[in-house]
Amino acid sequence: MKSIKTLIAVVALAGLASGAAFAQSHEREIPPRVTWSFSGPFGTYDETQLQRGFKVFHEVCSNCHSLNKIAFRTLAEHGGPGFSKEQVTALAATFKVKDGPNDAGEMFERPARPADFWPAPFPNKQAAAAANGGAAPPDFSVIAKARTYERGFPWFVFDIFTQYQEQGVDYIASLLPGYEEAPAGVTVPDGKYYNKYFPGNIIAMPPPLQDGAVTYLKGADGKPQAPETVQQYAKDVSAFLMWAAEPHMEQRKEIAFRVLVFLLVFAGLLYFTKKKIWANVEGHA
Amino acid sequence: MSGHSTYEPKSAVGKWFESRLPIMGLIHSSFVVFPNPRNLNYFWTFGGILAFMLVAQIITGVVLAMHYTAHADMAFNSVELIMRDVNYGWMLRYLHANGASMFFIAVYVHIFRGLYYGSYKAPREVLWILGVIIFLLMMATAFMGYVLPWGQMSFWGATVITNLFSAIPGVGEVIVSYLWGGYSVSNPTLNRFFSLHYLLPFMIAGVVVLHIWALHVPGSNNPSGIEKKTDKDVLPFHPYFTVKDAFALCCFLMVYVWFAFYIPNFLGHADNYIEANAAVTPSHIVPEWYFLPFYAILRAIPDKLLGVLAMFGSIAIMVVVPWLDTSKVRSGSYRPVFQIFFWLFAINAVILGWLGSKPPEGMYVVASRICTVYYFAYYILVLPLLGLFETPKSLPASIADSVLGKGGSGSAMASGAASSPSTKG
Ligand code: HEC
Ligand code: HEM
Repeated sequence: MKSIKTLIAVVALAGLASGAAFAQSHEREIPPRVTWSFSGPFGTYDETQLQRGFKVFHEVCSNCHSLNKIAFRTLAEHGGPGFSKEQVTALAATFKVKDGPNDAGEMFERPARPADFWPAPFPNKQAAAAANGGAAPPDFSVIAKARTYERGFPWFVFDIFTQYQEQGVDYIASLLPGYEEAPAGVTVPDGKYYNKYFPGNIIAMPPPLQDGAVTYLKGADGKPQAPETVQQYAKDVSAFLMWAAEPHMEQRKEIAFRVLVFLLVFAGLLYFTKKKIWANVEGHA
Repeated sequence: MSGHSTYEPKSAVGKWFESRLPIMGLIHSSFVVFPNPRNLNYFWTFGGILAFMLVAQIITGVVLAMHYTAHADMAFNSVELIMRDVNYGWMLRYLHANGASMFFIAVYVHIFRGLYYGSYKAPREVLWILGVIIFLLMMATAFMGYVLPWGQMSFWGATVITNLFSAIPGVGEVIVSYLWGGYSVSNPTLNRFFSLHYLLPFMIAGVVVLHIWALHVPGSNNPSGIEKKTDKDVLPFHPYFTVKDAFALCCFLMVYVWFAFYIPNFLGHADNYIEANAAVTPSHIVPEWYFLPFYAILRAIPDKLLGVLAMFGSIAIMVVVPWLDTSKVRSGSYRPVFQIFFWLFAINAVILGWLGSKPPEGMYVVASRICTVYYFAYYILVLPLLGLFETPKSLPASIADSVLGKGGSGSAMASGAASSPSTKG
């Protein structure tokens, strides 16, 4: 019996090892991991970070990228950037949306209300592409979940236990400051840029961030809440995008913990009940 | 279903009803007093877990369907609205999506349990075949369910898999156009897949009833593979197995909750958060993890038609397993050589799954071919020949003996016999 098990273990290991040996060709750089407040079983969003990230999005990215599935009201919902209802109403009022038809049968423009969705910068995909050298900037609603990079064996197995699932935001946080001179031999077409984290490296988005481009709120000491640098902007806007993709994450993780504790206790009770019931059966523990 | 019908309704209403529809008696004899072998191990709890998962999928699915819109222009958006604006919609959707994976984890454990303990052997062939039918229906259901959110992987997965049918000579093209309802995967495809995705789980439920019916004729197999003979071999279903099943289910649910609430997208594909786009092909088109071993078999074979045949054949061959296995001994516990081949088969299946997620090039293809050959060789060569040549260990006289250690497994007996002279003398 022992020898059979040893044999099987050896074959299994050999199989896995040979599997790992098929070296994976990485055609792009692996984004370094960022420490996020929202990772792990008790992770929560950092409200001030989301507010800063929103500011970066609002002032920079929203000129090109849409955020179709987020209504203004969501910005005031629990577990998000934590703006007040008044702030959101005031923010919405700065946008104009098309409505109608009215009683005269005409379409008209009115200031946006909290229930309206974030207006897109371009009327349609074609217009968006035409304005950006042929590549339409993707919508931001779920982009933090729509991007990833390959973890490979055995890391993806460990990820189950460590709950590492921030590949998407890590990627975005690296992409934004990831612009470089193209290495010798690589020609970058006109209107395109070289980015070491973008798959294929040639990206149509011009470097969107510069140091100091966005002014952060000042803290009590008169200094900005966070450094006004490309690195920091990138992290903050990535966190905001994670929230946009998973607005109920905090609630989800809270419920998860409660359900798990309940199940653990319940399983314990069932275990001892089972032991008790089976105790009178000869030959069973 | 068999079992002693000792049910006596206590109330007058109960008596009145039972004399008109004896359903309580049927439930009583099938799930309360039903005699189960006393030695069932935890691998036997997966049947109950599967029943739970089917019900869970139907309940979450029906509520999702109240909010979902099956239209190519709206499906993706409606799933996002479920995630954001339906109360606890994210929970329903993550439970449903991960529930499908848990359902498959459970069914794979259940199937390998059957393969190891020879549960497919006479008199349980029909029971086994009904199981294979359930497995097929599950695969069809999950495949069509994955198309519904109408992301990139939904769309391209559907395109690749439906295209396989075009390999069938003569009628292939016609079949494909009926699957599509047009000339490509498009809105009519989504609509018919939704309709079928709603229908098939209820067909599964129907086959599950037959499956349990067929189970309750001979009763459960057990780790010793010996049929129950006397009352000493069995215990009533309730409370012994209800409590054991409940404990196992509770542990299983912890895994389910871990995935659905903590890492809900781990088993999915990032590409499926990009809306379907017929003009952009994703760089790797990969099916859900539970299809990967079969996908690897498909791609291991260079010829399209043969690949399709091999893929469907890899499931179809399970139907004839009861007749391929020539062993007189049912349980793998008493078959030392069989165990080696069995565990190799299990490892082989896992490696096939991993290969299915890799691009079909270079070493991956070679490895897929080797694994595919072993997959079929296990059924076609190992099972028939091993039964003829292998010398099994000696079996205990009864289930009770196997539990109480009288007789016991061959090795236990051998060591007992070897040690007895010294202890006695
Ligand atoms: C001048 C317009 C413009 C601005 C401003 C802009 N982007 Fe982009 N963005 C683009 C375009 C165009 C693409 C498509 C790139 C491609 O496909 O080559 C893109 C693509 C992206 C992608 C997807 C990359 C991928 O993996 O496909 C991300 C993420 C992104 N932008 C983030 C941002 C963030 C965050 C900001 C704000 C800090 C921002 N962008 C500001 C034009 C812009
Ligand atoms: C055998 C049982 C079932 C299995 C294995 C199954 C599997 C799946 C899968 C894999 C998805 C894709 C999930 C995703 O990635 O988003 C899905 C979606 C869906 N299913 Fe099911 N399902 C089952 C039963 C049902 C039933 C009975 C219904 C209801 C009528 C249903 C309704 C839906 C709906 C509306 C969706 C689309 C919403 C979504 O994508 O989350 N399902 N199903």
